[in-house]
Amino acid sequence: MTKYVKTICPYCGCGCSIILHVKNGKIVRTSPAVKDSINKGTLCIKGMLAHEFVHSPERLRTPLIRENGSFREATWDEALGMVAEKFHKIKEKYGGSAFGVLSSARATSEENYLISKFSRAVLATNNIDHCARL
Amino acid sequence: MTNSIDEITESQVLFVIGSNTTEQHPLIGSRIIEAIKKGAKLIVADPRRTYLAERAYVHLCILPGTDAALINAMMNVIINDGLINEEFIKERTEGFEELRQNILQWTPERAERITGVKAEDIRRAARIYAGAERAMILYCMGITQHNCSTDNVIALSNLVLLTGNVGKPGAGLCPLRGQNNVQGACDMGALPDVLSGYQKVKDPGVREKFSRAWGVEIPEIPGLTVPEMFEAAEKGIIKVMYIIGENPAVSEAHLSHVEKALRNLEFLVVQDIFLTETARFADVVLPACSFAEKDGTFTGTDRRVQRLRKAIEPLWNSKPDWQIIVELAARMGYPMTYADPSEIMDEIASLTPSYGGISYDRLEGWGIQVPCPHKDHPGTPYLHKDSFARGKGKFIPVNYTPPAERTDEKYPLVLTTGRVLYHYHTGTMTRKIDFLNKKCPEPFVEINPADAQKLGISDGDEVYVKSRRGKIKLSARVTGKIKQGVVFVPFHFAEAAANYLTIDALDPVAKTPQLKFCAVNIFAGSEEHGDS
Ligand code: SF4
Repeated sequence: MTKYVKTICPYCGCGCSIILHVKNGKIVRTSPAVKDSINKGTLCIKGMLAHEFVHSPERLRTPLIRENGSFREATWDEALGMVAEKFHKIKEKYGGSAFGVLSSARATSEENYLISKFSRAVLATNNIDHCARL
Repeated sequence: MTNSIDEITESQVLFVIGSNTTEQHPLIGSRIIEAIKKGAKLIVADPRRTYLAERAYVHLCILPGTDAALINAMMNVIINDGLINEEFIKERTEGFEELRQNILQWTPERAERITGVKAEDIRRAARIYAGAERAMILYCMGITQHNCSTDNVIALSNLVLLTGNVGKPGAGLCPLRGQNNVQGACDMGALPDVLSGYQKVKDPGVREKFSRAWGVEIPEIPGLTVPEMFEAAEKGIIKVMYIIGENPAVSEAHLSHVEKALRNLEFLVVQDIFLTETARFADVVLPACSFAEKDGTFTGTDRRVQRLRKAIEPLWNSKPDWQIIVELAARMGYPMTYADPSEIMDEIASLTPSYGGISYDRLEGWGIQVPCPHKDHPGTPYLHKDSFARGKGKFIPVNYTPPAERTDEKYPLVLTTGRVLYHYHTGTMTRKIDFLNKKCPEPFVEINPADAQKLGISDGDEVYVKSRRGKIKLSARVTGKIKQGVVFVPFHFAEAAANYLTIDALDPVAKTPQLKFCAVNIFAGSEEHGDS
């Protein structure tokens, strides 16, 4: 059984609507949306291959922590615990101006909003930006 | 964009400046081609003879970084020929007299000496642009990645006001956003000086509103921009960085600085889909989901808010960025309670006037173009219909600022950077895809045949490109499609990252780095000249 999910191309700002074809939890194909879309049934080559990197074997699979110069695998609990503790210590010692946060023009708007909220409300810094200038 | 992608085919004249649209924004590129077929005239200003330049009515083959001089000269012609829109200027603008005084000095002949574009071509372009009832300007990083980027955009805005090309369909000033959610990231306040909806952190009323909603005091002093953060990290002022979905170790200007800054940090957290070049510097790496594994919205270049829909469950042990933030906040004693992203959007709508009418139930169809201030508002296909945010549109005279570094005997060529069709940004995603890698497997430098001959370089040769900051090795593509004296390197390739060469001089206001202009020299591969 193939499932079809209408979503947005992850590449440029044109915002083309794509249909992801999902089979057994795997995206097997991308096709253009026709209705309710700017692209009206067309896609550029990047859009046609929008799903390809999703299942890449090179994807990060688990949190990593640096130990003696190289990475080792860690659980979410351990990694997030370490980050929270370190952030907390730095905030106590130096205040919000010791933090710099880079958000992403590839993350969703909701995520960008949360990253801004996290920086300002939790880390107490306005040092947040993204690479819009690039 | 002040206007919509769908209006491109309604324009009579399209002026594309600093954008290789068919490669960077293919869908918009194909709309431009469609418009030409329908009879629209195309003006292209670009140092490269791009696909669109070849189809243009006028191709202004401009030296990188001289856009303001070109635009001023176009306005000089428009004023002298009496092609201005007097009614629009009188009713909707101010400051025309000051602009006129400044523009009178900008004859096409003067601009020719700076831009390398023939005065006659400048005249033709100006007359075509001003002669249309509906003319649209589309621009991209070629305009904004300079030390004078703010001035460049102001010059374009002056041109638009002068001819009354705003507040109607098929016209306007349209920046094309590179990455898919640049517009959304800006709208959401992922910026150092503003909160969502461009509400200024300096404004006590704004701080009070957000402090009440978020339950904590919001810091008052505007923060640092990306390049300023790296400078502060190099100096040890910033001790911790949290980098989410960005790869500054390839994308930022003057890379060796960035690497030094990253190494200097006490603690670095990188959250991404892949182990990027930047992640290799991290102390903790958090695996994020791809776009296909989460719900949310993106706001495209024409301000349309569209739904991103989850197609598959998070792969391996990854999590969506929003969920990681929520969990981290909780561990730091700040609980955030969202069942799913639609609840985050409800909070955004309650705090952000331009998103006031956005909610997931309204986004089921094609989405809505912001500003959309309330639930019954249909959205905004084009901006500034009857008025500007500040009331009247203001003419601000600008002049040409020479680039922060000059060419000389040692570095006689101008390097400009950009992207190619088959890859995207730093290549983190596209370079994992076989087909795209086969189409464009390796870094290259484009060079004009006349320059190549002078340097003894032939097509396909291994060469070094060297600037005052660094050098990279790649293969030469000799092509008449690039202006003499200018060379082009795409920035997708970490192994020959163009940004080892680029200069980190910034625009004083927008803080954009001057990625589109630096002085370089090229040497044949076998011999390495000089130091650095
Ligand atoms: S399909 Fe092509 S043009 Fe459309 S958004 Fe994706 S990259 Fe851009």
